[in-house]
Amino acid sequence: MENIAIIGIGMIPIKANYKTHNFADMAWETVNAALKDAGITIKDVENVITTSNDFWDGRTISCMAVGDASGVREKNCSCVEGDGTFGAFYGMARILSGSYGTTLVTGHTKGSESISSLITNAAFDPIYERALGPDMISGCAMQARAYMERHGISSRQTALVSVKNHGNAKHNPYAQLPLDISVDDVLNSEMIADPLRKLDCSPVSDGCCAIILANEEKAKKLCQKPVWVKGAAFTSDAYFLGDRDLADPRSLAAAAKKAYAMAGITDPARQVDIAEVYDAFSYQELMWLEGLGICEPGKAAHQLEKGRFNVGGGLPVNASGGLLSGHPVIAAGLYRIAECVRQLRGEAGAVQKDGAKIAVAQGLNGVAGQSHCVWVLGADK
Amino acid sequence: MAKKRVAVVGTGQTMHKSHRPDVNGQELINEAVKTALADAGLTINDIDAIVIGNMDHFEGINYVDCWSVDGSGGWMRPIIKLTTGGTTGSTLAIGGYHMVASGMFEKVLVIGWEKNSESDTTGAITTAFDPIWDRLVFAGAIAGLAAEGMAYMTEFGITDKDAARVSVRDRKHACNNPHAQLRKEVTLEEVLASPMLSDPIHLLDVCPRTDGACAVIMASEDVAQKICPTPAWIWGTANRHTYTYVGDLNLGEIDSMKYAAAELWRKTGITEPRKQIDVIELYQPYSFAGIIWIEAMGIIPRGKGAEYIWSGATDMGGELPINPSGGVIACNPIGATGLIRCAEACTQIMGKGGARQVPGVKMAVSTGFGGCFWTDILLYGKEKPNF
Repeated sequence: MENIAIIGIGMIPIKANYKTHNFADMAWETVNAALKDAGITIKDVENVITTSNDFWDGRTISCMAVGDASGVREKNCSCVEGDGTFGAFYGMARILSGSYGTTLVTGHTKGSESISSLITNAAFDPIYERALGPDMISGCAMQARAYMERHGISSRQTALVSVKNHGNAKHNPYAQLPLDISVDDVLNSEMIADPLRKLDCSPVSDGCCAIILANEEKAKKLCQKPVWVKGAAFTSDAYFLGDRDLADPRSLAAAAKKAYAMAGITDPARQVDIAEVYDAFSYQELMWLEGLGICEPGKAAHQLEKGRFNVGGGLPVNASGGLLSGHPVIAAGLYRIAECVRQLRGEAGAVQKDGAKIAVAQGLNGVAGQSHCVWVLGADK
Repeated sequence: MAKKRVAVVGTGQTMHKSHRPDVNGQELINEAVKTALADAGLTINDIDAIVIGNMDHFEGINYVDCWSVDGSGGWMRPIIKLTTGGTTGSTLAIGGYHMVASGMFEKVLVIGWEKNSESDTTGAITTAFDPIWDRLVFAGAIAGLAAEGMAYMTEFGITDKDAARVSVRDRKHACNNPHAQLRKEVTLEEVLASPMLSDPIHLLDVCPRTDGACAVIMASEDVAQKICPTPAWIWGTANRHTYTYVGDLNLGEIDSMKYAAAELWRKTGITEPRKQIDVIELYQPYSFAGIIWIEAMGIIPRGKGAEYIWSGATDMGGELPINPSGGVIACNPIGATGLIRCAEACTQIMGKGGARQVPGVKMAVSTGFGGCFWTDILLYGKEKPNF
């Protein structure tokens, strides 16, 4: 693959409720932050991909609400519906095609204006499943139970993910929920859907994130601190939960395998320095680390307890605080990419992993991680 | 220059009807996918990635990429959803093009679908518009179109009879297309006598609501001619989603078409589109667009559209037939509609058009329309582009 760089990132702080901002206001601030970060103007952006979802926005053609604020007026543009990592993938494909030298990719969500249980209930089959009332939390609770049963993982172990990530968030100015909590706090929090307690679940959030991608020629010309895309891939598993082995994230493993192959990574457990994974629920961080090949199946909890995934550990995971500390749904994967970029540039402050060279970011679509998108990023070409 | 040149090597459409109670959404999608695979002589195992789209609120299914996999073949494959409103189908075609041109995927399956019978179409479209400034006074599909038609009529003095001529053309063409939903000729008098929906638009001036799906298979130049001896090469794509607010529109002169078409002609070396293009599949949701938008496209000078239509130049047998398929006025499964234009334009290049075939097509154009007067446009050639 031809070299592609991330030459700019823009984030607004993730909040419970941006009362003062509509979608366009959020996009405007974020896009300008990304342009400023890259040291370029909107004129240097050759095409734009916005990422949004009509259900989460409560608007048909949800990309229309952010078009002008994202600078599409005189440019080619498109919209990906789903996690921002998928939008970024299409943005990259448009550069690799030779059509464009740079792509601006944005993603936004206002969870504060959404009813997530109804919106995620609409992801279930309208004939066979929906009337039973499942939503993202109950679907993931079944997955958590399947995973914990398969590998003998305890709620105490999964709770440790929440403790770690909320603690990491204390150092992240963009995080919504920096918290000093203990495992017992997690275990004593309200039961939402067995085995998921309130502190096992990510919050409802508003946020917007943007990244700017460029080919090597443009990156050299425009950017002092490019981060390089080493590999990216996405894959979907089966739709009906009953058709899947919920404890085995095989679509993630397939996507990761492809992304690592593109990046020339043969032993991710040793070669990856830092990971930002889609921890919508505490157990998911462990499952996804296994799907990403960073741990053997069922072994992530033990390594978490040993401190391997802590800041200062061998492979810090969600040093930003992750989604447990702020989960603007569609933008979530773009925030993961942007946080990896901060690490690879050495700009992550108190949670910086010294000498981080290779980072993995993950996004997903669908219930209980049906479809995954994996990005491998490098400090060097 | 594209890293890999891209060709359409197979197309498939469902039986399009106002209501398809015989299939659910996945089954509808599967009908198009199987037809396209058979057309290309491929199996789902040959497909490297899938690009799919529709408009979420019409069927009320969230994460359609994930939901579709039993019908689309997305299981353990890369599948991605693109949605841009009415332009969705053409956005999908442009998406498939870039995915193949990137060199990352050799063969990509592109799927657009809609089951409009399950929707409250206007209710859903209304929510696209800004809740404070636009929604209460100016929303839904037909109001904006009526305003455009009226603005153009006022400026150039054409009448609804001129527009009706476009409807007569497309509805006649549709009789040649086995995929079209509405295959019935109408007269000028019948169009003008049909109920007024939103002045100056009569019932027979506008598109119907349709259940249907379309699938298109795109392949890189490395394999395209092995799959299909006469593929339709994609020469270029362009789009403009110019506006967010209805109040910003330049009514009567569609800016997005003007800028997107100009860019496409520049990129592909087209200097005289009227002479160099052999057939156009225009996303024309109402008859007035058949006059206004071909001017913006640069086919004929501004204000001369009606005269050109009356000359018969855009009829079958004319110098530049438009919508041999019958177009959107005869069939409109919204998320598929722009992709059907792509499939029909490519069918013309491949020479597979049957009764609707225009003889000797070397260059074809398809467009998409949607959102806040947005345009997507693609150019196809029988020859591989030399750039």
